[in-house]
Amino acid sequence: MNFSDILTMRHELVLTIIALVVLIIDLNLHNRDKHLIIPITLALFFIHTVIGFLPSEPSSLFGGMYHTTALLVLMKNILNVGVLIILLQSVTWLKKEENREKISEYFILLFSTLIGMYFMISSGDFLMFYLGLELATIPIAALAAYTHHQSKSAEAGIKLILSSALSSGILLFGISLIYGSTGSIYFDTIAKLYANTPLQVLAFIFFFTGMAFKLSLVPFHLWTADVYEGAPINVTSYLSVISKGAAAFILVILMFTVFNTIATVYTHMLYLIAVLTMTIGNLFALRQKNMKRFLAFSSISQAGFILLGILGGNIMGMTAVIYFILVYIFSNLGAFGVVSAISTVTGKESMDDYDALYSTNPKLSLLMMLSLFSLAGIPPVAGFFGKFFLFASAASAGYYWLVFIAVLNATISLYYYLLVVKAMFINKNDKPLAYFKSDWATRTGLALSGLGIFVLGFWSQIYEIINSLSFGLIH
Amino acid sequence: MNILNLFIIVPVLTVCGILLTKDLKQSRLVSAIGMGVQLILAFVLVYLYLAERSAGNTATMLFMYDALWFPSLNIHYSLGVDGISVAMIALTGIVVFAGIFASWKMEYLPREFFISLIVLATGVFGFFISIDLFTMFLFYELAVIPMYILIGIWGTGPKEYSAMKLTLMLMAGSAMLMVGILGIYFFSAPAGSPLTFNLMEISKVHIPIEMQRFLFPFTFVGFGILGALFPFHTWSPDGHASAPTAVSMLHAGVLMKLGGYGAFRVAIFLMPEAAHEQAWIFLILTSISVVYGAFSAIVQNDLKYINAYSSVSHCGLVLFAVLMMNETAMNGAIIQMISHGLMTALFFALIGMIYGRTHTRIIQEMGGLMKVIPFLGVVYVIAGLASLGLPGFSGFVAEMTIFVGAFQHVDVFHRVVTILAASSIVITAVYILRVVGILLFGPIKNPHFLELTDAKWYERISTITLVLAITAIGTAPWWLSNMINYSLAPIVERLSAVQLTGLF
Repeated sequence: MNFSDILTMRHELVLTIIALVVLIIDLNLHNRDKHLIIPITLALFFIHTVIGFLPSEPSSLFGGMYHTTALLVLMKNILNVGVLIILLQSVTWLKKEENREKISEYFILLFSTLIGMYFMISSGDFLMFYLGLELATIPIAALAAYTHHQSKSAEAGIKLILSSALSSGILLFGISLIYGSTGSIYFDTIAKLYANTPLQVLAFIFFFTGMAFKLSLVPFHLWTADVYEGAPINVTSYLSVISKGAAAFILVILMFTVFNTIATVYTHMLYLIAVLTMTIGNLFALRQKNMKRFLAFSSISQAGFILLGILGGNIMGMTAVIYFILVYIFSNLGAFGVVSAISTVTGKESMDDYDALYSTNPKLSLLMMLSLFSLAGIPPVAGFFGKFFLFASAASAGYYWLVFIAVLNATISLYYYLLVVKAMFINKNDKPLAYFKSDWATRTGLALSGLGIFVLGFWSQIYEIINSLSFGLIH
Repeated sequence: MNILNLFIIVPVLTVCGILLTKDLKQSRLVSAIGMGVQLILAFVLVYLYLAERSAGNTATMLFMYDALWFPSLNIHYSLGVDGISVAMIALTGIVVFAGIFASWKMEYLPREFFISLIVLATGVFGFFISIDLFTMFLFYELAVIPMYILIGIWGTGPKEYSAMKLTLMLMAGSAMLMVGILGIYFFSAPAGSPLTFNLMEISKVHIPIEMQRFLFPFTFVGFGILGALFPFHTWSPDGHASAPTAVSMLHAGVLMKLGGYGAFRVAIFLMPEAAHEQAWIFLILTSISVVYGAFSAIVQNDLKYINAYSSVSHCGLVLFAVLMMNETAMNGAIIQMISHGLMTALFFALIGMIYGRTHTRIIQEMGGLMKVIPFLGVVYVIAGLASLGLPGFSGFVAEMTIFVGAFQHVDVFHRVVTILAASSIVITAVYILRVVGILLFGPIKNPHFLELTDAKWYERISTITLVLAITAIGTAPWWLSNMINYSLAPIVERLSAVQLTGLF
């Protein structure tokens, strides 16, 4: 392995080193100094994020098992920025007395999953893909059970690991059928050999089902709400934003490259799943009172929108999906950040507790409102642009009715997002949550997501970069 | 610097200015200055526009500004105005300015109120100056969403219900619009050449008729919902009745015009064949709007509901006239938009002022107000007379032109719907005179009303601005209709070039 290979794999390698460094520091620190890990890790991760943005050359390693292109690097960088915001938002929570012992565990587990996602995104064959997927999934189950003394959190962990195991099994079965019918596990070879035979269609369906679990598409979404509710809030936001984003990234790549040849077969299935996911996610979100469950169902519905871009099946669709996920990361982190800040300080997670929040915590309320508007796709915030491009890509393939259903769903989602806005701005409350001042890390995290929500839409350059990188991936 | 950009920059600066203020006095001052500048800008624009035209500039759109925004999708931020949009901008400027003065005493969360109001206004201005469908749609949604907050926080009555109903119905409208716009986009250029969102570019091509048949109803109804097209008008009475004064003014006065404007600028202009084919369906619906709205207004007892239903009727007339698709009727439609915008804003302002004094909007509980608040009473009568179409006011010019235009169609179907719609003039007279009679004349029913004070200076500014505009249009309609006619010509030309395949 020479130096240029190291540069190629810098995301994975640097993050592995950071995880090890955190572990070593933790071993050498006295118990009362454990909180020092937080700033050190933050600084290291910040450096890692910056390194990720350094220019890179597309290349391939391990005989094509691992490859990287500018687009893949961009995806990893998007994830990095999201994780950085989550880390900033979790500082206050980590500093709590009950978490003192296991601060480093949080970071190490989180970084392991992130490394898994890097490998998954960069994979050139199904073996590497599966390794990455497992590495990305199993530590999250441990994270979900992070506050294991609470039965809900432990329950979330076990639910997550069980459903992941099941979905991995289904996915592996699909992969084995793919291998059996094509004789290869390399994406490039499979893409050439994949045809419309019943066995290969079956293989695809198994594979897609496995991915649908990860993306929590309907009807494989049932684990989501319980896990999201039980896990600590920052883990939930990691699950719903980063984990889902990475899964969507790799799914969109595979759909456009490997399974492109059977597009005519899967469009009907995707159409149906998209409609079901958007609608059912929305209908369940309507009645939620717990903010975490609320955001969980809303994120199920958002995943349905991603399928519209895949259905578009062209560069516009590819770009729209990546751009949408980028926007979605910032919008959802804005919303989760506010919920997290409030939940950490006051322990309140119900929508009723948000009544008249604006009178005491105006900035948090405003950010929450903007994030929700962005999730609903209301201009001038970035969500509008993300949704518009997704709809445009679906319309480009002629799916006008699907677009109509999707926009109607966006309207339904606006209803429940407005319920939160109504609680914060309109409802009266004798005892609104008292004013509190968050620490610098939380504020930076919130400010970053707020900035992203505003800037990403107007700054068309970002869309153009993604668009130009998406060229060449699709034939 | 292009003058049209200022219509976005000034409101944004005003919002930033309000952010720096501390209390009601400062924030209303900043808003008044900002929107005053905007009003002056609007008049400067009218002047510049007329000067350009008299200097012989024959371009369809003037003061064009174009910046490439998303190159790969060919989305532009492109601005331009013709006579119609200039007139709409002037209307918006007047109504927003009057609206600021009508909310001079907004005690509760004044900064937030004025910011939301001006964001709404930004959306409206942006919509009228855009000639790119993407930016147009963006500004359209930007104008709709502050309504939720404005009605929800500062409204009265069942405000949460009304705000939610209004927002969701309008957003469902924009869902239909989204489909329409995307469909137009993907057929905006012949195969091989880049697609475009630019209205002027799209108007040069011919969208395939099968697509038009599919897209036209989406686009027309999408805009029609905002223009209170029957049976999608139900958001309007509830919304207007619950909204605070300035918001009702802006919403009925300007925002509903987005519907009418979009319906002909986008739906009919870009898809003339389908418009001809399907006009009869919408003509029936709009005639129902016109007559049903007027009848509903008769039986209401709440002042705001009366005016809201009257808006349904008048805005129905706008869509009705647009669908007649000849020059006279469309000219009337645009004058009607402006005339109704001013009248209804005046009505809502007056209702707000009366309600602020009497604390009731039920007409039976009031009476004889003319004796105690003569200024407001007289202005109310003026507004009423303008609304029922008395010559000398804008309403007469508008309705006259519309019905003359509509009657140019010689077939039975058009004649019947025209006669039906024209009957609304009589019904309008009934509900206007009924309200004026009960509200302003007769004995004073409540002894507390004897102590009421007449309009304050800021209320006078608000109402006099609107009355002046109404009489100006009523007595000298030619400058407005000349301005409109010139810009209508290319639209009408495109419409008449189409083979007539309508059912009637």
